Amino acid sequence: MKPLQVDIAGIGLLGPGLPGWGGSVGPLTGGAPFQAVPPVLPPVEALPPAERRRVGVAIRLAMTVGFEAARDAGADPARLPTVFSSTGGDTDNCHAILETLSSADRSLSPTRFQNSVHNAPAGYWSIATRCEAASTSLCSFDATFASALLEAAVQVLSDGGACLLIAYDTPYPEPLVSLRPISHAMGVGLVLRPAAGASPRGRLTIRATGDAPTRLADPGLDSLRGSTPVGRSLPLLRQLAARERGRVVIEYLDPMHLAVEVEP
Amino acid sequence: MAAEKRAGAALRVRAYTLTTALGAGCAPALEALRRGRSGLALSRFETVEFESPLGEVQGLDARPLPADFAAFDCRNNRLARFALGQDGFEDAVRAAVARHGPSRVGVFLGTSTSGVLASEVAYRQRDPATGALPRDHDYRHTHNVYSLGDFVRRWFGLSGPAYVVSTACSSSAKVFGSAQRMIACGLIDAAIVGGVDSFCLTTIYGFQSLQLLSPRPCRPYDRERDGISLGEGAAFALLEPAAPGKSGPGEMYFTGFGESCDAHQFSSPHPQGRGARIAMEEALRRAGLAPADIDYVNLHGTATPSNDAAEDQAVRAVLGTTVPCSSTKGHTGHTLGAAGAVEAAIAMLALESSTAFGGTGTREIDPDLRCNYLLANLERPIRHAISNSFGFGGSNCSLVFSRTPVPARRTDP
Repeated sequence: MKPLQVDIAGIGLLGPGLPGWGGSVGPLTGGAPFQAVPPVLPPVEALPPAERRRVGVAIRLAMTVGFEAARDAGADPARLPTVFSSTGGDTDNCHAILETLSSADRSLSPTRFQNSVHNAPAGYWSIATRCEAASTSLCSFDATFASALLEAAVQVLSDGGACLLIAYDTPYPEPLVSLRPISHAMGVGLVLRPAAGASPRGRLTIRATGDAPTRLADPGLDSLRGSTPVGRSLPLLRQLAARERGRVVIEYLDPMHLAVEVEP
Repeated sequence: MAAEKRAGAALRVRAYTLTTALGAGCAPALEALRRGRSGLALSRFETVEFESPLGEVQGLDARPLPADFAAFDCRNNRLARFALGQDGFEDAVRAAVARHGPSRVGVFLGTSTSGVLASEVAYRQRDPATGALPRDHDYRHTHNVYSLGDFVRRWFGLSGPAYVVSTACSSSAKVFGSAQRMIACGLIDAAIVGGVDSFCLTTIYGFQSLQLLSPRPCRPYDRERDGISLGEGAAFALLEPAAPGKSGPGEMYFTGFGESCDAHQFSSPHPQGRGARIAMEEALRRAGLAPADIDYVNLHGTATPSNDAAEDQAVRAVLGTTVPCSSTKGHTGHTLGAAGAVEAAIAMLALESSTAFGGTGTREIDPDLRCNYLLANLERPIRHAISNSFGFGGSNCSLVFSRTPVPARRTDP
């Protein structure tokens, strides 16, 4: 695989003990203790009131980190193509539909059905931002974040413009959580753009590798890396937060993983 | 980089196949399209409490996956495997793997509901005391969106990049663009693209809740059209770079794609088809083609009043009113996440058979729709065909297929 080089122009992050990018730099780099306190999700002001009422945690999470990343990059979200990624989409909504379909009255709510599509956050995002640019929504089970990073980098390199990656996961309620144990809701937004000049948040060079994924020194963070698919991004986020040169390996489709060299 | 954005980077379609209610493989599909035969029949799927016209792939219940793939066994992956077995597709993939190596063949597939049916059934079988799902329910290999990609990747023993796109009804159109980008960036040398969607309660009850299911077989573009008919289907294509200047007779190329968002409303299209227009324009630009180069449009044409009206405006704005158009949803039903790949295969059948297929189910074309909608087959050479796929959330994708790898040329100023 030819190395892919892109710049990170903006970052958004929301997860347990990770309250936005600015507030996460300390816990990620060891400057402040990491405690897995559930994140506070703001309402989505950008949506029209009718749509705002229809969206649950997954969609609000995706939009929050998307807006934070775009703001951090100083980019107009109306002009950014997007790559959305999630392993289970809106898990609460999925459970609610399965409950209804296994009950005596199977009548579904039209809103529930609409929100069941994997690209529901992408749909609401494009409505909220009035963005008509290309958007995809993908999944590779536990390798989903790495797949989205590859896809976003490839879009940047083939189209020559910036691209917004929005990766998010939320836990399923019981009983599915027992079969698919995702521990926390967490979202990551990254604005990628062609490598040029000084890189605001870091320059990435991505290659395939057979090396094992990087672990985090903090046991709490490393546990989050393993227990939430989008948490596989944490070694990269830690390296970006440290603003120092280094190489991390992100879990992809075993035995192939992604080695990412980071230059501040 | 800006110049590169517009460069045509055609891919050769080494093999393709489709399996729908029209039958398994290309031959029965072509036969049905030529005869205007519909695969839709009034039916009741699984435990669904009402009848509706469905385009069902027959016989899947009797086609379990082999024992070593038992974890993946669900209706969606059975349909995937059934479809992979047609038209020599598996042999073509194995030859590509031999040429390039297992890590250099990517897998990019689309689905909307994957194997969610397995979880629907499992929820009915929860332990009454504990609420636990049955022990043998395998969420990862059936229900999860990636299940399809995982299955196909393992079926061929591949170790390259893989993901599943799920953007509702544009899912398996968008993967053609994914493959083009991945190959252009040198990550892979070939890609299996396609889509599979199979019946489940979520979509049947879901479309019913939106009052979008027609009680009769769907009638795209008809004055009295009143909703969709659901179908299930699978289609795959094997893509490789086109060797420059080496096109031969009988070859097929994927030459352009365009993607956009409506940014308008969640489940109804922009009334003037703005997003659809952008997708078609972008596809033409990437292919280096002018509107007059297109000889057939396989419309998304779902047969809801608003979808067909919006697409009609978009097609007229981009391609005018003379290019032959039709929707093949009356033949196959709406195969949702598989529709992009199924209709890409139908567009290729049109190119190969020099036939623009007339739509079926439609009796009287809505006079407000002014595209050149075909009710009968039109036999004449087709150089380039567009296939449109538009989905919930305003996700749009148009694909261009051609008999020649069109040389890159700038069509924008």
